[in-house]
This record gives sequence, structure tokens and C-alpha cells, in this order.
Amino acid sequence: MGFMRPMEYVGGKFLRWLDEAGELLLLFLQSVLWLLRPPFRFSLVMKQMEFVGIGSLGVTVLTGAFTGGVFALQSYHGFSLFGAESLVGSTVALALTRELGPVLTSLMVTGRAGSAMAAELGTMRVTEQVDALYVMAVNPVQYLVVPRIIASVAMLPVLTVIADFVGIVGAYVVGVGLLGINHGIFISKIIEYMDFSDISMGLVKAAFFGLILSLVGCFKGFYTSGGAEGVGRATTRAVVLGSVLILASDYVLTAIMF
Amino acid sequence: MSENGNIIELADIYKSFGSQQVLKGINLGIPKGQTTVIIGRSGGGKSVMLKHMIGLIKPDQGQVMVDGEDIVRMGDHQLNEVRRRFGMLFQEAALFDSMTVMDNVAFPLREHTNLSEKQVREKVSEKLAMVGLPGVEHKMPSELSGGMRKRVGLARAIALEPEIILYDEPTTGLDPPLSAAINRLIADTQEKLGVTSVVISHDIEGAYLVGQNIAMLYQGKIIAQGTPDQIRDSSDEVVQQFIHGRPEGPIEVI
Repeated sequence: MGFMRPMEYVGGKFLRWLDEAGELLLLFLQSVLWLLRPPFRFSLVMKQMEFVGIGSLGVTVLTGAFTGGVFALQSYHGFSLFGAESLVGSTVALALTRELGPVLTSLMVTGRAGSAMAAELGTMRVTEQVDALYVMAVNPVQYLVVPRIIASVAMLPVLTVIADFVGIVGAYVVGVGLLGINHGIFISKIIEYMDFSDISMGLVKAAFFGLILSLVGCFKGFYTSGGAEGVGRATTRAVVLGSVLILASDYVLTAIMF
Repeated sequence: MSENGNIIELADIYKSFGSQQVLKGINLGIPKGQTTVIIGRSGGGKSVMLKHMIGLIKPDQGQVMVDGEDIVRMGDHQLNEVRRRFGMLFQEAALFDSMTVMDNVAFPLREHTNLSEKQVREKVSEKLAMVGLPGVEHKMPSELSGGMRKRVGLARAIALEPEIILYDEPTTGLDPPLSAAINRLIADTQEKLGVTSVVISHDIEGAYLVGQNIAMLYQGKIIAQGTPDQIRDSSDEVVQQFIHGRPEGPIEVI
């Protein structure tokens, strides 16, 4: 029977995974349902927008600037081998708007806000604050989860636009300022090769990633058990699962959209 | 309400968590307008039983009747209507730690009434004064001691003037004078508001003080129920060992 063990192990893992996927989907459906029911909690949504959006501005700008800068540096070295330095600007701009902007921004926000959502909801769960909401006839999915999802879906595209822009500025500083690419060529090639759809598709991705990171963060927090240790575990898992789902769905979305 | 004057009735409740069976056929009636104290060992399922009464936990089997209606089979909307008739004080108070005391106590008022902001504030101050904590409106829960938090939790629980108040270990972890103060508060609330109260406790003196009715939970079942005098005179060895706090007897301590 020894050879059954690995099967059992894989099967067990798979079943647990299916179980979790089902619960995540259920929480999503509940959120949609509660989103449609009054009251609409405007002030809670604004508070979360401030937390997710304004609060993540710093990391977004830093991520964008350095990514754009290093990408310009790397592609300059490659492109200069066959005299295509003029394409550095457009290459960086396309990569940023289509991929790096939305993905890196979402990963940073997952680490910052997705983890905080898991920790906050997890703490509320283990200290019975979630139960207190139920007792006071307020649905915690509507009160806690829905505002975080709305705020993330709305703010991630905004942050991504900022990351895209700052990234291109970073590439410009490195490419034109440090490496001596001609200013006019750098800009004109960007305009020549980049379509509006490159930006808009990137923003659709960002909104989707916002859904993932908030849903996963809330999911892990909402179903926390086991005290302080449980909250820690929920936080870590929210970041890991959120990041993995963002990267995996990025591939699927790219294959569908472009 | 059922004919026997019970506002809540647990009928044949079974509940397991994983392989551990916590409740093994609970039958218990909570008389309307009185205070019922549930005593029993720590970790013996008293909180689980209390949470069944307000639909926070659903039984594996059995009925929870509130005013003659089974809340186990209710949908969200109906259950919320029932819950508005309840107030609950949680073990660690469960105050929202991101909100001030004012916002905590005002929470149910803002959610479920159309009172103006001024009326809400007046009501909050009134409830805080009732629990002996005037003027703490602008503090955060983290700035309060455990006993103060419990009292704020009680103010929040009675904010909507509920018909039924559930207390999950209101005196556990408090010093004796404060325990006595909380017990008096429970008795006063019951007298002033004429509410039905269910109190979970392992403080036996407190139970005699506040309860018109005492029930003992042991090994997943209600093994005794009656007035404080009846419990004191119970012939059940488990009850006797518990109320006298003796280490030896039928209850296995270690």
C-alpha cells in the first residue's frame, strides 16, 4: 500500500485546495449580493480608498521610478549592441503600461494593503468583533468586505496610471539624462509605438488585481481562527495567495486581451 | 412566547466542532422577564450554548425557539429582525477598536434608528452614565481598563433597549469589588428595563445574587435547573462539588 501514500497526499492537498477555492468564490458572490443591497456605505468606502490609494502612493511612486530607470538601463545595454538605442523609450513604456505597471503595483499593494486587510479582519474575528456585528444585525460582509473590494478595484487603476507615468519619467531620466539618448527620439518613439489600448488593457488588469488582492485579504482575515498566531498566519497567506493569483491571472488576462 | 412563559427555548441541541462533541442534547427554557444564570466548567460549552440563542452558531441538530419561532431555519433578513431584540455583552467586550467609545455605543443607534446626531449623543451619554462611566465618550477602547471596556460593552448592548440581554462571562477576570459592581449593574438593568437576561458565569456567589434562575451545564447537558435555593439544596453530587468548589468528587479536575 506504500505507493498509495503520495496519491493520498496529492489528493488531500487537491481537495483542500478545492475547498478553499469554493469558499473564496462564495465570499465573492456574497460580496456582490451585499453590494447590491442598501445601505451603501459611502464613508467606509472613502476611508478604504484613502487607505488603499493615498496610503500606497509612496511605494507606487518608488516602484515605478526605479523599475522604469533600471529597465531603461538594461535595455540600453542590449539595444546598443545593434544600434537600436532609440527604441529604449518605447520598449520601457510598453512593458510598463502592459505588464510591469499593473503587476508590480498590485504586488506592492498586496504586501501593504492586502496584508493589512487580513490582519485587521483577522483580529476582529478572533476578538469577536465580527460576531458583535452579526449580533447588532449588521452583516460583516457588507460592512467590512464590500468597502475594501470597491476601494481596491477603484484605486488600483489610479495607482497603476501613476506608476506607468513615473516609470516612464524614470526611464527618461536614465535614458536621456544619463545615457544621452536624444530627447525628441525618446518621446516620438513612445508616441509612435504605444496605443491607448496598451494603457487601458493595463488598467483593466489593475482593476482585476485589485479585486483579487482585496478579496483574498478579506477572505483570509474573515476566516481566521486561533488567536494571535492565527492572525499572523492569515496575513502571510493573504500575501502569498494574493501574489500567486495575481501572477497567474496576469498570464490568463494577457492571453485573452492582447 | 410559548405557553410556559419561556422567551427562548433550546430543544435537543447537539453541536460538534470537528471530532469534539460540545453540546449533547441541550434542553433549556429561558423564562421571560427574569435573569437566568448558566454555570458550568470553563471550556464546557457555555459560550457555545449562548451563541446558539442569537444564531451566531447553528446547531448540528435541534431547535432554537425565540418567541415561538425557530431561528435555526431563518434566512438572513428574518434573523436580523430577531437579533434587533437582543443585546449581547461579549467576554472581552468586543468593542470596535478602531472607533471611540462614543462611536461604539452609538453604532447600533446609527445603524437601526433614525435619531438625529444630537439625540444619538444624548442617548450614548445616558447609557454611559447608567453603567457608571460618564464622560469617557472620546476615549479609544485601548485606553480603557478591562472592567471599563466591559461596561462600555454593556452600554452598547443596552443602547437599543433590547428585550433580551446575553452576558458572556461578565465578571471573569475582574477584581471582587468590580465583579460586584457589574453584578449589581446586571440586576439593576433587569429591574429598570424589565428585560430577560441570560448570564454565563462560573462565579457562583454572583449567580445567587443576580439570578432568579440557575442552570448548570455539565458534559454537554443541562444537569440541573432551578431557583438559587433549589440549586443550593440540590442532591446532585456534581452540582454540590461545583458550587462548593471542592477539588474532589465526580468532576474530574485534572
